[in-house]
Amino acid sequence: MTLATTDLQINLIVFLLATFLGLELVRHVSRLLHTPLMALTNAISSVSIVAALIVLADPKDDLVLILATVAVALVFTNIVSGFGLTERILRLFKQRKGNK
Amino acid sequence: MNDTIVEYLYVVAILFFVLSLKWLSEVKTSRYGNWIAASGMAVAIGGTLLAYQVQRVDLLIVAIVVGVIIGAPIALKVPMTAVPQRTAASHAFGSLAVALVGTAEYYQRLPNIDVFTLTVLCAEMILGYLTFMGSCIAFAKLQGLIPGKPFVYGGRNSVSLATLAVAVALAIYLIANPTHSYVLPFMAGFAVLFGFLLVMAIGGADMPTVIAILNSYAGMSAAALGFVLNNQVLIVAGALDGSSGFILAVIMSNAMNRSFTNVLFGGVGAVKVAASAGPEVAGGRTAQAFTVDDVATILDHARSVVFVPGYGMAVAQAQHVVKEVADILQADGIDVKYGIHPVAGRMPGHMNVLLAEAQVPYDQLWEMDRINPLFPETDVAIVVGANDVTNPAARTRPDSPLFGMPIMNVDKAKTVVFIKRSMSPGFAGVENELFYLPNTMMVFGDAKKVLADLVAALKKQH
Repeated sequence: MTLATTDLQINLIVFLLATFLGLELVRHVSRLLHTPLMALTNAISSVSIVAALIVLADPKDDLVLILATVAVALVFTNIVSGFGLTERILRLFKQRKGNK
Repeated sequence: MNDTIVEYLYVVAILFFVLSLKWLSEVKTSRYGNWIAASGMAVAIGGTLLAYQVQRVDLLIVAIVVGVIIGAPIALKVPMTAVPQRTAASHAFGSLAVALVGTAEYYQRLPNIDVFTLTVLCAEMILGYLTFMGSCIAFAKLQGLIPGKPFVYGGRNSVSLATLAVAVALAIYLIANPTHSYVLPFMAGFAVLFGFLLVMAIGGADMPTVIAILNSYAGMSAAALGFVLNNQVLIVAGALDGSSGFILAVIMSNAMNRSFTNVLFGGVGAVKVAASAGPEVAGGRTAQAFTVDDVATILDHARSVVFVPGYGMAVAQAQHVVKEVADILQADGIDVKYGIHPVAGRMPGHMNVLLAEAQVPYDQLWEMDRINPLFPETDVAIVVGANDVTNPAARTRPDSPLFGMPIMNVDKAKTVVFIKRSMSPGFAGVENELFYLPNTMMVFGDAKKVLADLVAALKKQH
């Protein structure tokens, strides 16, 4: 498969728009939540498991197979610990009882 | 058929990821943000498995089981004080995975690999491998496996950059000769070495910035992989992660008064180390040491108290006893707030999480910009484990290495209680002028012990 120019253009537009959107969204995240923000974005970027799975679907040889399998294990660790830890941190934030 | 379905499922996943960041902006909706992001992940994985039949299901299951076995204890057991090192570890895992997939993709496509794809792959691999090693070093420093002090020597920047240059040169050679795959391990090796040198040269107190930069790099390498695979969900997720890390790095560097170039080139820590040559203000002055009972007496007459926590509070695990003191004060009708400097701790937002863990309500956690105007009306400011971020020299002495750094203006409070192990200077190697001010009460000792004694003293007063 080779990338057609149009694919590249679309991908660049997607990348730029997603970057601007990300900058705007993160700018508005409360400073209270910067640690869970980092844990969560890290978990989200674990969607790179998709790439590993695609490679795993049709590996050319054992080397490719092993590389992709190790990648899945690494990324799955991040998925489990990323979402789990974010949940644990967010549960800690509580408001004062009977406050406004 | 399945191909079309998976395209739409990816759109759903992208939507969920964007919504999750939107909902994370406020505490009230933040948990929905986490759940919808997890749902987005499930949709993306499910869709991929539907469209691409994995042949070796046994290996896939093994990999997932390994992931759960390592990941679940991290999710459930990591103490909040250790969140910075777990974040560094997750950056290491994530970027290594992306680098390995990139490597696999290269071998997979050999020998028919076009220049564009290989260029992006090489950039992605260099970024991935250097972030992997950089994050490993950050982890080792945060965990205390290696000294947190920056490892500096003459011309280290030239050596680091030369290492990176070799990696890039090898990449260019590989792009020109795609089938010469023996070059790839060397390229990866030099990228790893560069990551090593980059983070070794950085000190512990600069970790919030470094972690944010590594976060950004990890996201960027994931996005690059998306370009290679023509996969938009990867591009979007990588871009969101990359821009998030970028913004956090900017916030951290601004809070330390570092230029942006300084951050990007990882020259973090160099300025401060150079300044550690000699204390700026010694001049035969003596700081006044006080006892816990003196502090209890002062607090008895106070109406408003602000705690200013720093990394020392995390080291001493003193957040719970801080809350105990605060509870006693509040029961007496004293107004209690917590002033949080953006770079207090070892990662962005570190102090907030620790205090939330000690069940401090989040509406008592005040950012620097909001709390600073209130210090002149504050009766007692209690500094627990913070140092450089309270040094008035940052405002007043143009010759100080800290000059220009935004600080917590605790010196403007009527009384400052400074809890500290000894008179040793902070990370910047600069003596804190605060110690010698007439309204400062130094209390020497371990933060946790001092505060526990304070709890006892306060109870005795009643």
